[in-house]
Amino acid sequence: MTTYYTKDHEYVRVEGDTGIVGITDYAQSQLGDVVFVELPEVGKAVKAGGEAAVVESVKAASDVYAPVSGEVVAVNDGLPDSPATINEDPEGQGWFMKIRLADKGELAGLMDEAAYKAMIGA
Amino acid sequence: MVPFAGYSMPVQYRDGILTEHLWTRAHAGLFDVSHMGQCFVHSDNWEKTAAALEALVPADILNLKPGQQRYSQLLGADGGILDDLMITRSAYEGHEGWAYLVVNAGCKDADYAHIAAHLPAGVSLRVEADLALIALQGPEAVEVIATLVPAIRTVPFMTYHAAQLDGIWLHISRSGYTGEDGVEISIPSKDVLAFCDRLLADPRVRPIGLGARDSLRLEAGLCLYGHDIDTTTSPIEADLKWSIQKRRREQGGFPGADRIRRELAEGPSRLRVGLLPEGRQPAREGTEIMANGRRIGVVTSGGFGPSVNGPVAMGYVETAFATPGTPVTLIVRGKELPARIAPMPFVPHRYFR
Repeated sequence: MTTYYTKDHEYVRVEGDTGIVGITDYAQSQLGDVVFVELPEVGKAVKAGGEAAVVESVKAASDVYAPVSGEVVAVNDGLPDSPATINEDPEGQGWFMKIRLADKGELAGLMDEAAYKAMIGA
Repeated sequence: MVPFAGYSMPVQYRDGILTEHLWTRAHAGLFDVSHMGQCFVHSDNWEKTAAALEALVPADILNLKPGQQRYSQLLGADGGILDDLMITRSAYEGHEGWAYLVVNAGCKDADYAHIAAHLPAGVSLRVEADLALIALQGPEAVEVIATLVPAIRTVPFMTYHAAQLDGIWLHISRSGYTGEDGVEISIPSKDVLAFCDRLLADPRVRPIGLGARDSLRLEAGLCLYGHDIDTTTSPIEADLKWSIQKRRREQGGFPGADRIRRELAEGPSRLRVGLLPEGRQPAREGTEIMANGRRIGVVTSGGFGPSVNGPVAMGYVETAFATPGTPVTLIVRGKELPARIAPMPFVPHRYFR
């Protein structure tokens, strides 16, 4: 199980051929209190770098991009009713969706934890 | 920190917008609004000062009682709003001909030039650069101030009380921009930090940033200049009719009086209204408002109302669609979002009358 990161502050935690996708703790801290989330339909095909979800905080609306291409095989159904979970536990209970990876080779284009931490200056 | 009207201002303090907003509605929130413009218009008697101001704004200034404060708008010749402001009649002995004005930060230089250019001989403008302005808002705000200035308890909404506290001069007005009871305090800049520290030492008080200031005033149905009102909107279109007293409606004598009196008689073609989107997604400024398959207006302020616990917005619609309950459609991120015209405020005002 390895976690990869995008420059737009999404993460994808890879388990076998499935990636669990969400936004990072840094992203939620920048957004502030999340009040709305829109998740894709299960079965939707997403492209790496394409819009996959919408998250809105009290401050602003923000697109969430798919870190990898593939089919959405599950979404976090409870999230739209408790969007604050994204602030409380972004990389755990606050996950957005699971994507069946179409091309594991795409992961090579993402950052590992050390590189991501370096980017955000953590 | 973000740039705002030439100042660097905090969007939020440590607690975040949601918590700061709810804290203010439950306890007392401290706002630094020193960026706003404070000035005096003065002459040797009140009638002369009031007449000069009434040539610029549509409110009844002449009949303000000493110490009384009124909300009004600086109007352009076409009745468009150049800025909105607070005007207070002085109750200070020796300052009977003085009015105290608070204007928006982003407009203040233009306002001062406009006011100065239109004052008749014998009436002067004095801009105060060394005064800070803070607001303490919320149901516990007045009790906090009363620990220092007990007389504030009985001062009614929209009047001020002058006080001396350990040699510090305070001009305390029972007013604000949140819909809650509370005060705004004008204080010499050199004394403001120590005074704020004193307030913040009270466990009922927390500092509140621009983000919650915006969500609080939006829930209270109050306009933000440059968004909900500007040079293209008249006070009647903006549903600020209440701020134009009867004598002024009848007599006119303010800029744009022809347009404003016509809109009063015939109704404006568009009106500022509240909007409640269905669900939880906020509809923000610039969102188009549709009905019957066509565009009937636009959202001018919108977001999430923490006390409403849902999205709230205000905007302008054609008057035929302005009745509360009217269903409309908002175009949010390319999708249709059902909403309804709603009365404002979204959260009841709790002023001390």
